[in-house]
Amino acid sequence: MSWRWFHQWGSPRWFYERAGRWQWVSGWIALILLVVGTLWGLGFAPVDYQQGHSYRIIYLHVPVAFLAQAMYAAMAVCAVVLFVWKMKLADVGIQALAVVGLAFTVLSLVSGAIWGKPTWGTYWVWDARLTSMLILAFLYMGIIGLRAAIADPDQAGKACAILVLVGVVNLPIIKYSVEWWNTLHQPASLKLTEKPAMPASMWVPLLVNIVGYYAAAFYLVFASMRALVLERERRASWVKEVVGRA
Amino acid sequence: MNPKRKQRLYVIFGLVGGLGVAVGLVMYALSQNINLFFTPTQIAGGQAPEAQMIRVGGMVAEGTVYRNPESLEVAFDVTDFDHNVRVTYSGILPDLFREGQGVVVQGRVSQGTFQATEVLAKHDENYMPPEVTEALRQSGQLDKMKGMGQ
Repeated sequence: MSWRWFHQWGSPRWFYERAGRWQWVSGWIALILLVVGTLWGLGFAPVDYQQGHSYRIIYLHVPVAFLAQAMYAAMAVCAVVLFVWKMKLADVGIQALAVVGLAFTVLSLVSGAIWGKPTWGTYWVWDARLTSMLILAFLYMGIIGLRAAIADPDQAGKACAILVLVGVVNLPIIKYSVEWWNTLHQPASLKLTEKPAMPASMWVPLLVNIVGYYAAAFYLVFASMRALVLERERRASWVKEVVGRA
Repeated sequence: MNPKRKQRLYVIFGLVGGLGVAVGLVMYALSQNINLFFTPTQIAGGQAPEAQMIRVGGMVAEGTVYRNPESLEVAFDVTDFDHNVRVTYSGILPDLFREGQGVVVQGRVSQGTFQATEVLAKHDENYMPPEVTEALRQSGQLDKMKGMGQ
């Protein structure tokens, strides 16, 4: 098996140029899907028989909660690559993903609280799902803070990667919290293995938004990684060439 | 993959795996504290601490809701279809509160009834347009679905 597809990620210049293309493709996909999915979900999907219109927060809450966890999983992959292959780009990935992941986590906590007040009767309850999501937010903050606290970039990258790997334990806890323990949060309505617990007129726009938010996350992460690569490689001749061209 | 990298990969998987087992055992030991609420069966079995603030979760039993017309006082049974707990509460109920709805109530047991200080509605994972609900109710399928959700 050829490892070329993998080793080319070690070249910052190759990444910078490729990711520029991926960034714009994912940006356009995100814009189109999010406009379609959000208008469809908020304006045309039927109301829920119990919750009325307040259930429509699902079109924001579910995709951002998915991404809050997906960004962490991606950071864990980066941490493994950093330790095993010593690839510098993986460290850039962790740095970019932590900020984007924190934004999605905060968004899911806030949107969930806004939905919780009319539906449950409270903004917050210390059940296993909500608490483990809050721990995820603290992990992201810890990773961002740890990097800022260590002056040497190589040391900072390694310390962050260790923290990322330690925090991976939280991901299965978040996913299965609603099944392992009694929680106020309901179990998942969308599962890969089962029929969705809602009609197609509700889940199709949700799926459009989920793909849309994934594309938006790719856009944000690539944009941020490219900026970080330029900054870290600022002494390299190819960077002067690229910046000179612009 | 060269042997050195392979070794580092195994070390990482080993460490994360070990950490996972350790956290798993801790959570298993703490599981009763992580549960948000007790079920009526646990209360009937004496597993819940007495005279202490606890939460009970279950369905509001059909035909047991009594409202005092002159105050905000309300009484109802919370059931898990094996045992019932009589709950009294004085205050504003969440919009979703109704017979057959899942609820989580916080309070303490005194003189055989559960005196709640907070009532939260629990929503299940099913979402439906009203027309579908109506059609299901007419064909008698709705109760079957609700039973499955528990």
